[in-house]
Amino acid sequence: MPGFSLTLGFSLTYLSLLVLIPLAGLLLRSAGLGLTGFWHVLSAPRVLAALRLSFGGALAAAAINAVFGSLVAWSFVRYRFPGKQLLQAMVDLPFALPTAVAGIALTAIYAPNGWLGAPLAKLGIQLAYHPAGVVLAMTFIGLPFVVRTLEPVLEEAEKQLEEAAATLGATRWRTVTRIILPAILPALLTGVALAFARGVGEYGSVIFIAGNIPNVSEIAPLLIMIRLEEFDYAGATAVASAMLIISFTLLLAINLLQAWRRRRGT
Amino acid sequence: MQITIRGVTKQFGNFAALRGIDLNIASGELLALLGPSGSGKTTLLRAIAGLEPIDGGSIRFGDTDATRLSVQERRVGFVFQHYALFRHMTVLDNISFGLRMRPRAQRPAAAEIRRRSLELLNLVQLNGLEGRYPNQLSGGQRQRVALARALAIEPRVLLLDEPFGALDAKVRKDLRRWLRQLHRDTGYTTVFVTHDQEEALELADRIVVMNRGSIEQVGSTDQVYDAPRSPFVFDFLGSPNVLPGEVRDDGVYLLGAAAPFEAPNGLAPGPVDVYARPSDFRVVEDDPAAIAGRVLEAQRTGTLVRLTVLLAANGQSVEIEIPHPDPEMRVWLPSDRIRLRPAHFSLYRESRPAPARIVEDRSAAHSAPGSRVRGQ
Repeated sequence: MPGFSLTLGFSLTYLSLLVLIPLAGLLLRSAGLGLTGFWHVLSAPRVLAALRLSFGGALAAAAINAVFGSLVAWSFVRYRFPGKQLLQAMVDLPFALPTAVAGIALTAIYAPNGWLGAPLAKLGIQLAYHPAGVVLAMTFIGLPFVVRTLEPVLEEAEKQLEEAAATLGATRWRTVTRIILPAILPALLTGVALAFARGVGEYGSVIFIAGNIPNVSEIAPLLIMIRLEEFDYAGATAVASAMLIISFTLLLAINLLQAWRRRRGT
Repeated sequence: MQITIRGVTKQFGNFAALRGIDLNIASGELLALLGPSGSGKTTLLRAIAGLEPIDGGSIRFGDTDATRLSVQERRVGFVFQHYALFRHMTVLDNISFGLRMRPRAQRPAAAEIRRRSLELLNLVQLNGLEGRYPNQLSGGQRQRVALARALAIEPRVLLLDEPFGALDAKVRKDLRRWLRQLHRDTGYTTVFVTHDQEEALELADRIVVMNRGSIEQVGSTDQVYDAPRSPFVFDFLGSPNVLPGEVRDDGVYLLGAAAPFEAPNGLAPGPVDVYARPSDFRVVEDDPAAIAGRVLEAQRTGTLVRLTVLLAANGQSVEIEIPHPDPEMRVWLPSDRIRLRPAHFSLYRESRPAPARIVEDRSAAHSAPGSRVRGQ
């Protein structure tokens, strides 16, 4: 293949400079702790709680986005309605908005004395300063990833496939589950993976609404910041390395799943 | 299954896609819906399937009012131009889809579904390909899978929307012949949409010619080809030459001819459009009803010679096609003088807004041999 070595060489150099070398440095730094020291840092209840919240919250947010992001993408692609362009632009806002701004806005609205927070509080539902608030913020910033990856695929999904299924006797529900969903699943997985990754790494929008109560609503990235401020560099890099390894494993698994699906036709 | 269509109308915004369609489709027949794009043929097909809700009229399948049935309940086999195969399913899963979607009570056992699907695979001559995915098949193979999938539900009627439109010429020809055979073997009532007159003539028992949401003519392929009821039908089923003519008391005169052809009864005197296909013309030596011209271009293609002839009377050019079976035969060359006479033609009155025509050259009338005249 002409150009293979050139493009591959460039890609590898580029990735090394941007991703590989900084991350390798991170791993090296935490390696200074030794395996026992590393384990000691991670097994601390506060660290475990933070990691659980970051990954659990991001997973929950990604799952919520998988469902509702699909609905949003579907309505954008399939229907025409007044104000559609406006809504389209709004979906992209979480991309563009400084995350701190998003965090402050969410907090203002969902805090116990906020617009939505106050009536919710009366119902006994607390969002701000609670793990639920973390999931809320992560859902907010993850939405465009699902919507934007799904839209082109839905656009492309032929209406005729649905019509064919209908003439063959498939009910609407079975058409969705047997025809539409399998067709968009790869894109949906990609979108969910991106939303998840963004949720795990999210910092700015989460810390305002989370309240950052140790062991309850403190996310791992914040814990890293705290360790850094305490000049505990080894501790910070240990948590960071753990995040790195878990994220990488999950993303690799999703990518492998995609490749496996692609090999089976579609 | 006999299909009765009465007064079916369909409107897309301001556009009338169907303007009161009446049509009977006999059980077991192979019917073509022929027309240009926008003529409503596909809309009519989709209306029969229930994919397009109709605004008025009724569609009956035998004694059942199909308009009250959903798409799922109508049990029609629909084949799409671009196959619409389920890409994430194997060929076998595609074919068995309809059976697997049946309500549990009517669903055959899994082994039976497999057996029947393999049987259909055999019918469409794709044995051994059951494990393939659609993207591993050629266009012709995909369309045959689509057909097998449609047949699996034992449809009341088989509907095909430009089924060969996306295929290349060679495959199209093979598939046509094969579909004709399949129809003979299975006997399903079949309706297909096409804009290709050759396909309609070759494949169908009967042809429905549509134009602007209405039916122009329904008839056997012979009827439609030999006796087109309107200039539109004539135009669509071939590339006609339109010659100016005039009906007088003693017959119809072509522009510049000295003698008339026999005119059909009941045609009032006055100007008339004479429609004749390129193959309808004969070159004659001395025939007072013939028209004179000069050869502009001559090209032999195999056993045919195509001539472009400039008519002396009005400077109109006429395309004709004459058989050339014999290498010894005389070859026409540009600027040769030639006399033509249409052996078959159709007469239409005011078929279109008359383009500026040269005033007729009136020469003395002679008696002329009668010609077969069709329609009016």
